[in-house]
Formats: sequence, C-alpha cells, structure tokens
Amino acid sequence: MNVQHRWPGESRFHGWLYLLPGILIYLVFIFYPILETIRTSFYQWDGFSKNRIFIGFENYINLVGDSQFLLALFNNIKFIIFYTIIPIIIGLFLASLLGRKKLPGMTFFRAGLFLPQILSMVVVGVTWRWIFNPVFGPLNMGLRAIGLDALTHSWLGDFKLAFPSVGSIGTWVEYGFCMVLFLAGMQRISEDFYEAAQLDGANAFQQLIYITLPSLRPELGVALITTIIAALRVFDLVYVTTRGGPGESTLVTGFLVYRTAFLQNNIGYAAAVATVMTIVIFAIALIILRFQTSHQEEA
Amino acid sequence: MTRRLLKKLLPNYVILTLFLLIILIPIIGLIFSAFKTDIEVTKGPLALPSELRLENFQKAWITGRFNLFFRNSVVVTSVVVVASVFLSTLTGYAFAQLPVPGRKVLYPVMLIGYMVPFEAVIIPLYHFMNSINLTDTYWALILPQIGLSVSFGTLWMTSFFRSAPHELMDAAAIDGCSRWQVLWKILWPLARPAILTLVVLIFMWTWNEFLLALVMIQDETMRTLPVGLAFFQGRYSANIPLMAAGSLIVAGPILLVYIIFQRYFIRGMLGGAVKG
Repeated sequence: MNVQHRWPGESRFHGWLYLLPGILIYLVFIFYPILETIRTSFYQWDGFSKNRIFIGFENYINLVGDSQFLLALFNNIKFIIFYTIIPIIIGLFLASLLGRKKLPGMTFFRAGLFLPQILSMVVVGVTWRWIFNPVFGPLNMGLRAIGLDALTHSWLGDFKLAFPSVGSIGTWVEYGFCMVLFLAGMQRISEDFYEAAQLDGANAFQQLIYITLPSLRPELGVALITTIIAALRVFDLVYVTTRGGPGESTLVTGFLVYRTAFLQNNIGYAAAVATVMTIVIFAIALIILRFQTSHQEEA
Repeated sequence: MTRRLLKKLLPNYVILTLFLLIILIPIIGLIFSAFKTDIEVTKGPLALPSELRLENFQKAWITGRFNLFFRNSVVVTSVVVVASVFLSTLTGYAFAQLPVPGRKVLYPVMLIGYMVPFEAVIIPLYHFMNSINLTDTYWALILPQIGLSVSFGTLWMTSFFRSAPHELMDAAAIDGCSRWQVLWKILWPLARPAILTLVVLIFMWTWNEFLLALVMIQDETMRTLPVGLAFFQGRYSANIPLMAAGSLIVAGPILLVYIIFQRYFIRGMLGGAVKG
C-alpha cells in the first residue's frame, strides 16, 4: 500500500495508463449496461420500434401484483433450502465427524467432492435429466429392479416433484463444496478447545455448537454467500431440465428475465425483473459481508 | 498401533466414500454411457461398456457439429483468458502500487461487476451489440466476458500485489528499473501461483458460460459448446449414448485441466469467494 507515492519525474496520472484498457472494456460492456438495465426498467419497449415510452415506476408497480414474478422469486428463495441449507448441514455434519484428523488420501476425496463445481451446468442438467427420465432413467430403473415400482415417478414432469427434483441437483452440486470448505477450516481450530470441552463433559453436539460453529464463522460466511447467490442466479439448470415447467412450477427469476426479454419482447418489464434480481443479490451479499466484518472487528 | 489407528479411521473413510460415490456415480455413469450402444445402455448406468466404441463421439462431433462448437469455444476462451489475465495484471498492479487519482471511486465501481449476474446486463448488451452488428460474432462473447473477468481479476491481482514484498521493488527502483520493468521482471515471476489460479478460474467460467452465448448467437455454426449441447439435447434427448458423448466433449477439456491443476481450482474458489 505504501509504494503509491510518485517516483521522481513521474506523471500524476501514470497509474491510469495501466488501468485504462481493462477499465474501459469493463465500463463499456458491463458497468454501462447495468445502468442501462435500470434505465430501461422505467420504459415500455418492444425491442424493435424506435420510440420507447417512459412510464415511470409502472413496471415495478405491476411486478408487485404479478403472480408469475412472485412465484419465480419465491422459487429462488425455496432453492436456498436445496443450495444452501442442506449442503451446509451435510458439510458441518461431516466436518464435525472427521474433526481435525489428517486422513491419508484426503487430496483425492477433496478433488472428487469438488468435481460438480467445475462442470458446466448444462452438462449437469443433461446428466440429471437422464437419471430422472421416467422410462429409461437409472433412478426409476433401479427402483423397479428392487421391486419398488410404487416409488417410480415422472420426476421432472410432475407438478409436485419437479421442484424438489431440480433442487436436489443443486444439493448435489453444492454439498461437496461445503464439505471441502469446512474441512479446511477445521484445520485451524486448536485441539485444546476440544480436549477442554471433553474434560468439562461436553458431548459431540455441544462441541459442534460451542466450538466448531463459532470457529468456522469465516467459512460459513463464504458458504452462505456462494451458495445463496447460486440459488438466486439459477438459470442454466432450469433451462436445460424443465424450462420452468411443468406449468410454472420451477420458474425462477433468471429464466423469467430471459423469457420476458427475448421470447416475449417485453423489454422494459424484463429489465425491471432483472433490476430487482440484482438488488436482491447485492443486498444479501452485503448483509453477509457486513455480518462477517463486524465480527472480525470484535475479535 | 497401525491396526488400531486404521480401525479408528475406518468409519471416517466409509462416510467420506459414501458422499464421494453420490457425486461420482452419475459422472461415471455418463462416461460409461458415452461408449455404449442404444441396447447396452439399458443394462444400467454402471454396467461396463463392452468395448471402447467411439461411434457416439464421431456422430456428435460431425453430425452434431460439435467440431464447430469446439472450435468456437476454444477461440473465445483462449482470447478471453489471455486478454483478461494481462489486463487484470495491469489494473491490479496500478491499484496496489501506483498513484491513481480517483482510486476511491474506480475500485468499488470495478468490484460491482464481480457480484452482478449476466441477467443484469444482458438486455441492453444484446441491443447494443445488435445495433453495431456484432451479434453472431466472437466479439459479442469475448468483450463482455473480458469485462466480467477483469472485474474479478482486478480484485484478485490487487490483493496479491498489495502483499508483495516491497524491499525487492525498492531495490529494483534504485537500480533504475521502470515501473513497467518492476511489474514484468520482478512481480510477474513472484505472482505465478496467483496468476495460474486466475487462469484456471477464468478458463472455467468462460468455457461454461451459457446465457451470454444463448442470447448473442443465433447462427448455429457460431454456437459455443454449452449452448450447442443444450440445443443438441432438444433433438436427441432419448439417445443417451449420443447425449453422453456430447456432454463429455463439453466437459472433457475442463476435466483435463482440473486433474492437472485441481489445487489451483480449489484454492481459487475457496479463496476467491472469501474476498467477494
């Protein structure tokens, strides 16, 4: 930080030469479009005609009463159960079970558990559509093979089951990430804490609540931010597996933005949905970050 | 002693293996299916293919036009990775080490890009690209992806350059090195692990990117692999061996890079998010 003084004979703006190319591309292709999305959300526009009609907050007023939008937003929030809560519980369970022991071969397990994170969500979606296929999918075939025909379903075609089915794909993607994250964090906790707790007669659950959880606060923050944002941004997976169906049962805001803007040409309204989606993501990220830093300052 | 230790560790391995298998079985099933015939695939996902048959790959590659999608993905990804890493090195160096009037405004503005989803930019971006006739070109995919990558890259490289040892740079300055020389001769070699992490992350994000390519590209021959696969599924969803082969063509390069550089992937994704 402290080398930022000028060198002799150097222009005040020398640093700008280094910034300019990168920042320019960012400003033109990312930052300006963000502002333009917000501006567009105050207009009515079909995407073709020359004149956009300024309608103030009308798009936003309509959003509040739009059952489709509310359903999509609610589905994103329900996805947090599958993307965040279940993976974090699995991760904590495993971390507290394995504790701080260094296991030979852990690198291999870590690499495997992390694998879904690097795969294209289109590949993940294609794979799970096959697994869930009612006729030749391995899930139903397996159930039939062990005589549980009654449990076979049209997983992605059923109004009640499609949502938890797509959600469980999210759990499959995220739980290994949470495990790896928490196991790494466990290495930092001093064994003394656990020994002292055991002397005081604390059981495994108490050790989890009073030692593991507070010590893993930074990792919990990372897990929360990453997985909640993933739940709120779901698009590829829904596009590939269900396209929001059957009916609107797996509709999410990301898919609603795409459909409204590019299939229905209702540009202003789609921009309003996108703006709300972005604000929600920002707000949640900032709340978690604030929570994290305030605790760091206390410590 | 070792036997007692083994007994103690065994339950841990059993549980770890169980959770690992839940992740690996679908992927192994997919890999096996890619080598099977239509009839073989009905015998269950974990039945071994009778031979290493490449027909499905050939069919996806030629009939499915994955050869074109592959070329498009390689062009877009390599340009984005090289340009983004180079530009992020410059911006990170400037923010961390150079006098930058307006830093207090510019730096937070850059970071916003790291958090926004493509949904927040895609609508005006499409109409903008359309108005300058860049839809259905590589530029429509490359430029926005560089913008997004530079946003994260700036954050990543700034935090690295801030922690770089100052003594070395001061010594170099006294020896008469310019700022440019300090960056490339002294800092760049030190930054290798940070840069390698940035390379694999940007490679992965660009290779897997979906929405941007879905919206910007209408011409089938210009599609990237993930979008190509999504449309391919629309046509051949019942042909599992063919779908599996297509999926492996999409996932193959990233799997290969992951096998070699998995430490950098994991470190980056665990560490990159901390700074988010």
